[in-house]
Amino acid sequence: MNGLGYEAPQSVEETVALLARENGAARILAGGTDLLAQMKTGAAAPQLLVDVKKVRELSSVEEDEAGFAIGAAVCTAALAEHPGLCAAWPGVVEAARLIGSEQIQGRASLGGNLCNGSPAADSVPALVAAGASCLIAGPGGERELPVEEVIVGPGSTCLEPDELLVSFRLGSGKAKRGDAYLRMIPRSEMDIAIVGAGVCIELDDFGVCHAARIGLGAVAPTPLRVDAAADALVGSRVDDAALEAVAAAASAAADPIDDKRGSAEYRRKVAGVLTRRAAKIALDRARGEQ
Amino acid sequence: MARRHVSTTINGEAVDFLCEPHQTLLDALRDELQLTGTKEGCGTGDCGACSVVFDGRLCCSCLILAPEAEGAEVETVEGIATGGELHPLQRHFLEEAALQCGICTPGFLVAAKALLDSNPDPSETEVRFALAGNLCRCTGYDKIIRAVLDSAAELRGEA
Repeated sequence: MNGLGYEAPQSVEETVALLARENGAARILAGGTDLLAQMKTGAAAPQLLVDVKKVRELSSVEEDEAGFAIGAAVCTAALAEHPGLCAAWPGVVEAARLIGSEQIQGRASLGGNLCNGSPAADSVPALVAAGASCLIAGPGGERELPVEEVIVGPGSTCLEPDELLVSFRLGSGKAKRGDAYLRMIPRSEMDIAIVGAGVCIELDDFGVCHAARIGLGAVAPTPLRVDAAADALVGSRVDDAALEAVAAAASAAADPIDDKRGSAEYRRKVAGVLTRRAAKIALDRARGEQ
Repeated sequence: MARRHVSTTINGEAVDFLCEPHQTLLDALRDELQLTGTKEGCGTGDCGACSVVFDGRLCCSCLILAPEAEGAEVETVEGIATGGELHPLQRHFLEEAALQCGICTPGFLVAAKALLDSNPDPSETEVRFALAGNLCRCTGYDKIIRAVLDSAAELRGEA
């Protein structure tokens, strides 16, 4: 790491200009919980680290009538301290709070979790289910992308070297909507998901599901948005038959690897089980029962 | 490359130091400031031996770059005792043999203090969960958990 440079710009424009100047030799430093560990092993060897935690848009959670703008570098512990966000999107917050120990929670961010590009990133299926979008700044201005379009393969994103993930946009709190995230890990805590399932359900005045979104992690090269599973809920009262159909659709959408942490067959089965259980929690939250 | 000047606050005192941009806060504490209470275990954020409180949040100092400490407030294990007086956590760790080799102990003390500062009456489960980012290869954890619970009781005036 000798010869490494460090800059801490104060604005989005300054950050983008630095990234453009370095032409791919710079890496963005948010919490550093993935990047600094990768640099230690030699898996990453940037010439310049651009610390974005001094940029206001990246380091704050803003709430207005339209919803929330979560700065890409806000640490996950801070998300749990935002009562409005916890009330509106408990599934997103519970997913973020599963990333690592208390020490990691003090640094790790949603932006880092997404841009690290892991298929098993815990916050991503929950953000997909929540319908979150990403505000991305570059030399030509800003663009907005659904979360599920950012990761394009293990460890890789669609962001250009001179682009910066600024914030996540989430809708405002809403009655009769609930979201939830569950994951399966081989240990009891502090491990990487072998399946993660995020579910968001909206009910109408008669208790019928009129909109649903489902995200799955760790069962494909990228986190997935599984519309076939969501479709199994829409129009139902989220009864047992609908929950069985959701589980079957989630298992069918899973295309996992086979490794020492979980066989493909096991991951496929658990994808269905967790999606069904997360849907039940999301349903209870939508009914105001949890 | 020129060494970088960093002005920070450590255990309530203003401190200036010079560092290379690639040095971690852990390196700076130990090698530039001789605050060797903070230990290096894994160096990749898994073991918690290097735990510090950084701007009010428990963190691994091996995953913070030294230049990031500019303008920050850092609390290390050296700041836990008051003068010559051990903090109840330190006393209970000693009295209840909550350490053997001791390399993990500073990290456990910093993490346990951070827990008790925010939650003075944690359940055993909460203590175990809060300290899950700190690894000990000697004690089997039970004595550490008991020492933290007993310290909490003393700090609440119940012991």
